Amino acid sequence: MKLTLKIWRQKDANDKGRIVDYELDNVSPDMSFLEMLDILNQQLIDNREEPVAFDHDCREGICGTCSLFINGRAHGPDREITACQLHMRSFNDGDTIYIEPWRAKAFPIVKDLIVDRSAFDRIQQAGGFISVNTSGNTQDANAIPIAKEAADTAMDAATCIGCGACVATCKNSSAMLFVGAKVSQYALLPQGQVEAADRVKNMVAQMDLEGFGNCTNTGACEVECPKGISLENIARMNRELIKAAF
Amino acid sequence: MANFFSSSIGRKIAMALSAFFLMSFLIIHLSVNLTSLFSADIFNEFSHFMGTNPLVQYALQPVLIFGVVFHFVMGFVLEIQNRKAVGVKYAKNLGNSNSSWMSRNMLLSGAVILAFLVLHFIDFWIPEMNVKYVQGDMSGLLDPNVADSGFRYYEELVHKFESPLRVGFYVLGFVLLSLHLLHGFNSAFQSMGLTAGRKKMWKNIGAFYSVVIPLGFIVIALFHHFNH
Amino acid sequence: MTLDSKIPKGPIKDKWTTYKDKINLVNPANKRLIDVIVVGTGLAGGSAAATLAELGYNVKAFCFQDSPRRAHSIAAQGGINAAKNYQGDGDSVYRLFYDTVKGGDYRSREANVHRLAEVSVNIIDQCVAQGVPFARDYGGLLDNRSFGGVLVSRTFYAKGQTGQQLLLGAYSAMNRQIARGKIKMYNRHEMLDVVVVDGKARGIIARNLVTGEIQRHSAHAVVIGSGGYGNAFYLSTYAMGSNVTAAWKAHKRGAFFANPCYTQIHPTCMPVSGDHQSKLTLMSESLRNDGRIWVPAKKEDAIAIREGKLKPTQIKEEDRDYYLERRYPAFGNLVPRDVASRAAKERCDAGYGVNQTGEAVYLDFADAITRYGKEQALVKGLDTNDAATVEKLGKAIIKAKYGNLFQMYEKIMDENPYETPMMIYPAVHYTMGGIWVDYNLMTTVPGLYAIGEANFSDHGANRLGASALMQGLADGYFVLPYTIGDYLADDIRTGPISTETPEFEEAETNVRDRIEKLVNNNGKHSVDYYHKKLGKIMWNKCGMSRNEKELKEAIEEISQLRKEFWEDVFVPGEAVGYNEELAKAGRVADFLELGELFAKDALQREESCGGHFREEYQTPEGEALRVKEFQYVSAWEYKGEPKDAVLHKEPLEYENIEVKERSYK
Repeated sequence: MKLTLKIWRQKDANDKGRIVDYELDNVSPDMSFLEMLDILNQQLIDNREEPVAFDHDCREGICGTCSLFINGRAHGPDREITACQLHMRSFNDGDTIYIEPWRAKAFPIVKDLIVDRSAFDRIQQAGGFISVNTSGNTQDANAIPIAKEAADTAMDAATCIGCGACVATCKNSSAMLFVGAKVSQYALLPQGQVEAADRVKNMVAQMDLEGFGNCTNTGACEVECPKGISLENIARMNRELIKAAF
Repeated sequence: MANFFSSSIGRKIAMALSAFFLMSFLIIHLSVNLTSLFSADIFNEFSHFMGTNPLVQYALQPVLIFGVVFHFVMGFVLEIQNRKAVGVKYAKNLGNSNSSWMSRNMLLSGAVILAFLVLHFIDFWIPEMNVKYVQGDMSGLLDPNVADSGFRYYEELVHKFESPLRVGFYVLGFVLLSLHLLHGFNSAFQSMGLTAGRKKMWKNIGAFYSVVIPLGFIVIALFHHFNH
Repeated sequence: MTLDSKIPKGPIKDKWTTYKDKINLVNPANKRLIDVIVVGTGLAGGSAAATLAELGYNVKAFCFQDSPRRAHSIAAQGGINAAKNYQGDGDSVYRLFYDTVKGGDYRSREANVHRLAEVSVNIIDQCVAQGVPFARDYGGLLDNRSFGGVLVSRTFYAKGQTGQQLLLGAYSAMNRQIARGKIKMYNRHEMLDVVVVDGKARGIIARNLVTGEIQRHSAHAVVIGSGGYGNAFYLSTYAMGSNVTAAWKAHKRGAFFANPCYTQIHPTCMPVSGDHQSKLTLMSESLRNDGRIWVPAKKEDAIAIREGKLKPTQIKEEDRDYYLERRYPAFGNLVPRDVASRAAKERCDAGYGVNQTGEAVYLDFADAITRYGKEQALVKGLDTNDAATVEKLGKAIIKAKYGNLFQMYEKIMDENPYETPMMIYPAVHYTMGGIWVDYNLMTTVPGLYAIGEANFSDHGANRLGASALMQGLADGYFVLPYTIGDYLADDIRTGPISTETPEFEEAETNVRDRIEKLVNNNGKHSVDYYHKKLGKIMWNKCGMSRNEKELKEAIEEISQLRKEFWEDVFVPGEAVGYNEELAKAGRVADFLELGELFAKDALQREESCGGHFREEYQTPEGEALRVKEFQYVSAWEYKGEPKDAVLHKEPLEYENIEVKERSYK
């Protein structure tokens, strides 16, 4: 396959940045999207140019590091996968592919396609935990039975990989799916009840402080989420906040 | 409380609450108007009651106006904030692939509805206020000096729908209202946290409401336009 | 120097309890005066950082990822073992201890493994209390599944994402401490040296990967939890960034490196598709609970399949060779990983492999679909002879159990595993070897600790499934926080450690010089060029089976490749600012040293055990042949070049378990 790549290049946070065109030949449909970028980078290195910086690590869709906005969609055209799981068979010979970094004020660009998602960490630090010390003598794990449905729903919320596709795809750069998923996981489990009110208040406050936008319920985040995190988690977070406030 | 409504979710909820109020108002408004399809008398009775009842006039009416203004102002405020949160725009962004046109263009549909409301106020509300509170005529009669001249409301309604241009604009306004509701109804319930666990049910109810209510208003406008 | 493993005296059941009772403690007021550096934020590093901070120490945690949540522990799929015996199937601490020692082919340290089995139960309690959503049954109690190499169900799991959920649990515990100011978190920072002052580890040199800034960080103790070194093979199931650098720098500063040749080759990975491949993807071992592994019994069928003339579903039952069930009737498809991997290689080498490269075997769910389908039909009162109904119901059960794995397979391989058998082949997955540690998890450098996959102690020559998560969390939550106190109790009056000392100066200069050298080398080939070459040597000559001749060649070739690397590598960009190629170059340079020591270790170990299979040492049936005189840990002391490394032996004694031939037949 032969491709035209339109890639965002930006030296550092202070650089203005621009789209640069690259031609790439001999792309195999069995390659993953990131392997295609590896080949481009190899080509750039061989030409003594600086390779395109992009975030990636596990390359199996679980670490949440990769963060590419491909042809107008977070993680590219396929559903429920990350960019690293996307394969070139989803494209055609001769295609032009736009590759851009996540766009949001709260995710400043580090270099080229790499953004700084530490805002997510700070939201978690505001309350995304259950305050339990490591004693080695915590209550027996089976002391509190948890209905399978609640445990499964909590698990579905907990599968969030923190990649930021929800923010990237949201027309308002809202982080509510991310925050909602974490709030939901704990809200659905008995262990999370004690701190529920403070947790949701503090996490939402931090989210606002980081400069994420408001949710207008377009549902784009749910569609683009590589883990299929449900919009219901946002509703649950809203309910939790109402409960906490009144 | 103050903290709550200054938070992002608090604002969404405020938006939803005003939407609930406006959506219930639409049901009442439509119910009254529907009577005009089969009985001018019943319509007149209802209209007179609404137009002269002190509770409606001095309590509900200001609240309604406040609700409308609040909903609009808040909508704009949120939109400005959201634009700020975005920063640089994508060179290529396929919004259609993950969200509906309605959901992404609430501001646009809202603006058209606002324009419609301005016309609607000019047509009905301002003359009404003028007659009742400037001229001081609370009788609701066609000719306030003739006791058996009959109520004026039905006549006014029919008169307004003579112009095809106005009817056309009304229809357009309600189509956009429908689009606005198709996203807004569910959005309000979602914001209130009511959809968790029962998303599908609310989706269906929302779709029903969003089509039936504006359709009702459209039918009334067209009925009077073609029947008189 | 003699190795002192510091194993406490007394019966194995009481060692840890008694030891804990007598260990030195640091009082809470004094903990505030003590700093600890933790390198790596996976299950081991993350849980250690959180727990040390809870206890009151000032922790500085470092990870090269953009967030501690992305450490590669996150990719562990199947589960975590614990001797809870919730299923009442005869499990116990002793049995977990026994299985782990046997699974490790009698090359692990008894006392460490017993302690691991003891604290395994606490891990599950702790994680549930943290809100980890483990799978539950309809009664609301925790569910278990079975893993390779054992006869009980003791594996706790959270769908196919157990590592993720456990890591997020540790990450949440860290977040709580970061918010309290007890952990100072350094994301996108890479440790590039350990600083040793007066014989004690007193700090590290780190590089900020975004700005390129070289920093000095001091502490009273340094903990390395930086994971394994499987990326020496280039292609592996490790994350792209996983590296040996932190562990290797520790080694170069005096920490002995133990058993580098013990590598786990995981049997259920997706086969290699071409030269462009950058990494391999694992399919959870839990699939072997329900999947049956086979190759065609006739060579002509295998050839026809490779040429695309035949489909696996067309091969009749009697023409299939379920070779694991045939060779190991007792354990069948659930034999330990090393055994399953070698058996797959044996069949493929014999010409029965099934994908285009001839390096793949089938993992088939058709029988499981029928079995579950019939069960469900019976439960629901439907016709168990209606094939369509049975298939539909069966697929639904398989989907509920392994849905995300099947989806992952389909995305990568472009084949529907519900309809056609999966293709799998072994891949490098875990390294049992690592930095040598004593019972306290302290390395041979006082004050320098190694935990999780970075150390060597618990898995011997082969790790059982679902034991890595257990060990990482055991070390971080329940072992290190106790044992480190014993050392730090002497440091309460030391006061803050200055970074303005000749030792820090020297370490920083070293780091800077090396970076300058790499950036200005201006050679011909990229970093990946060398990494791929190293990987080929490692896979071909130090892989699933090894022999003297090839190991000797490997040592020569790696040494030569390292020379070429330093002469001719090209690193684009600058030392300042974000430069991934530069970071990679530093890591590959270390792999090029480790790789040679790896081969050297494999060469000296003239026996087969666990993941280390020497062709010269096998039974007539082709099983691994252990040699009694190699019942020791090989711990290597750094002396400059890897070829000069000095071997130290820690003899392994088995007082509680009889050393037998490891049979899964």
